[in-house]
Amino acid sequence: MNVTKLKQEWLGNVRGDILSGMVVALALIPEAIAFSLVAGLDPMIGLYASFCIAVVIAVVGGRPGMISAATGAMALIMVGLVADYGLEYLLAATILTGILQVIFGWTGLSRLMKFVPRSVMVGFVNALAILIFLSQVEHFQGAGWFMYAMVGATLFIIYLFPKVSKAVPSPLIAIIAVTVLVVSIGADVKTVGDMGALPDTLPVFLIPDIPFTFETLQIIFPYALALSAVGLLESMLTASIVDDMTDTESDKDKESRGQGYANVVTGFFGGMAGCAMIGQSMINMKSGGRGRLSSLTAGVFLMFLILVLGDLVVQIPIAALAGVMIMVSISTFDWSSLKLIPKMPVSDSTVMVVTVATVVVTHDLSKGVLVGVVLSAIFFAAKISRVKVTEALESSASYKIFHVDGQLFFASVTDFTKSFDYDGQADTVEIDLSHAHIWDDSAVEALEKVKAKFRQKGTEVVLSGINQESSRLLQRLDGLSSGH
Amino acid sequence: MYQNILLAADGSDHSLRAVRHAIGLVRGEETPHIDVLYVVDGDKSKTDVLHYGNTDVIQTKRKEQLVPVEDVLKEEEIPYEIHLKHGEPGPSIVKFANEGTYDCVVLGSRGLNQLQTMVLGSVSHKVAKRVECPVLIIK
Repeated sequence: MNVTKLKQEWLGNVRGDILSGMVVALALIPEAIAFSLVAGLDPMIGLYASFCIAVVIAVVGGRPGMISAATGAMALIMVGLVADYGLEYLLAATILTGILQVIFGWTGLSRLMKFVPRSVMVGFVNALAILIFLSQVEHFQGAGWFMYAMVGATLFIIYLFPKVSKAVPSPLIAIIAVTVLVVSIGADVKTVGDMGALPDTLPVFLIPDIPFTFETLQIIFPYALALSAVGLLESMLTASIVDDMTDTESDKDKESRGQGYANVVTGFFGGMAGCAMIGQSMINMKSGGRGRLSSLTAGVFLMFLILVLGDLVVQIPIAALAGVMIMVSISTFDWSSLKLIPKMPVSDSTVMVVTVATVVVTHDLSKGVLVGVVLSAIFFAAKISRVKVTEALESSASYKIFHVDGQLFFASVTDFTKSFDYDGQADTVEIDLSHAHIWDDSAVEALEKVKAKFRQKGTEVVLSGINQESSRLLQRLDGLSSGH
Repeated sequence: MYQNILLAADGSDHSLRAVRHAIGLVRGEETPHIDVLYVVDGDKSKTDVLHYGNTDVIQTKRKEQLVPVEDVLKEEEIPYEIHLKHGEPGPSIVKFANEGTYDCVVLGSRGLNQLQTMVLGSVSHKVAKRVECPVLIIK
């Protein structure tokens, strides 16, 4: 490996990276705890995951300066697995997710992500935002005015504290303020401590305690597949945003493998699967982080804080975390997409809305993406299958010329054959294909059919302007289709 | 008096008004030159990547936004150069301005109301305070 490049990525921005890494660690703590709760896990699992993933990615990731940890998108996918089978199966699924991502990275399959249309991506982040918001609703059920007041106070501080200082992440200030308030008035509210254990040691290597059978694989594989796809989707999106913000390029295949290694490690050390985080990476960029050291610092400092301050962390009211999650949801949602709806093609808006709707109904981001991609493909096929046949001006009564404009393939041939006037009583018809492309045997067959129909009426057909590729297909398939 | 001007613009109506004032300043000078600076902040990066994806498309789209400003400059035959920078608008404009040698920095004001200014902060105010050369804020 290139030593100068490596040195630049690690030591090119030491002061900025260490400071921003500490800021990110502070911003990660509330999210790591809250995402664990979203998945139905102890806060410990998300904290271990954030530590392991941030540290491993610092070393093996493809996009220096990007922050990866436990995320909402991944937490939302694993809810069902955790509820039905428990933590050990989740750890196994996390390891399998990592293995799949490494395979995707080596085979270049992660580049398939570029085939996910933009409107599906927009639908993805909007759906993610809505799901994160909905996941907080349960905390409000049966809650009194005090809960609403605490959440309101948290949001108030989150959005207004940056006016006072931007040095410390405002969500952290909000959490400290609300916690101090609750503890000092001795209010009896649900806290992080009520939701499960917090780590008091560093994570240790453990092999998930599951039966190594085919049944187990059948249980975890669908989850692992969804986790790896969603993880890569969000990671590739985040990497592109960091690329743009820093005006640099990054190795997406390497990042995909890096995400994989990070998930394998976190699975063995008792953490949940994670991926890159848009919000945290943006905090890192804005705080001056650029290199690999920022992610390493974020992970190590996070673990240090939790081990030292664990007794204080358990006293954080759930309401304060709910406030932070609402902020995460608001900043995740792509508000510009609402403004753009009237300007966008109806098909794009439909894809976006259907993607969001599918996710909200199924609570599964991967299903939303799948439906969105399929729907876009259908719309694309519909759009491209429009073939225009126009009669040329220079046609005479006996010699007619038709210009064909568009793509001739299985989806467009029906319209194509219907768009000729077969009773024109011309002696000869010339079909000009210079603005058309013949893609498959359905197209060849359709041309044969058009020719045959004209011949029945005593009209001779001449094809002209066929491009090279099309004529090769025409020749190759001619023998086959005439045999029908 | 004002030959070399830095114009902070984003293609909005405010920046269109600002470009006319910038031209007013350099008109009649021997060697007028206007540097047009467009700062892309983090949130803009996020929405642009989300909606356009590919870097080349994003860059083209951003340059397209400045076309109205360019049209005015071309029409008035003022030599200019476009610069795209990433970061927070305020500090980025200040840094760019202080690194170059400009006779004046011209920027449009977004025309926010008092509450918005309090919540969002005023880029023009920050820039006016920290840029070392004269600053012209177009209201």
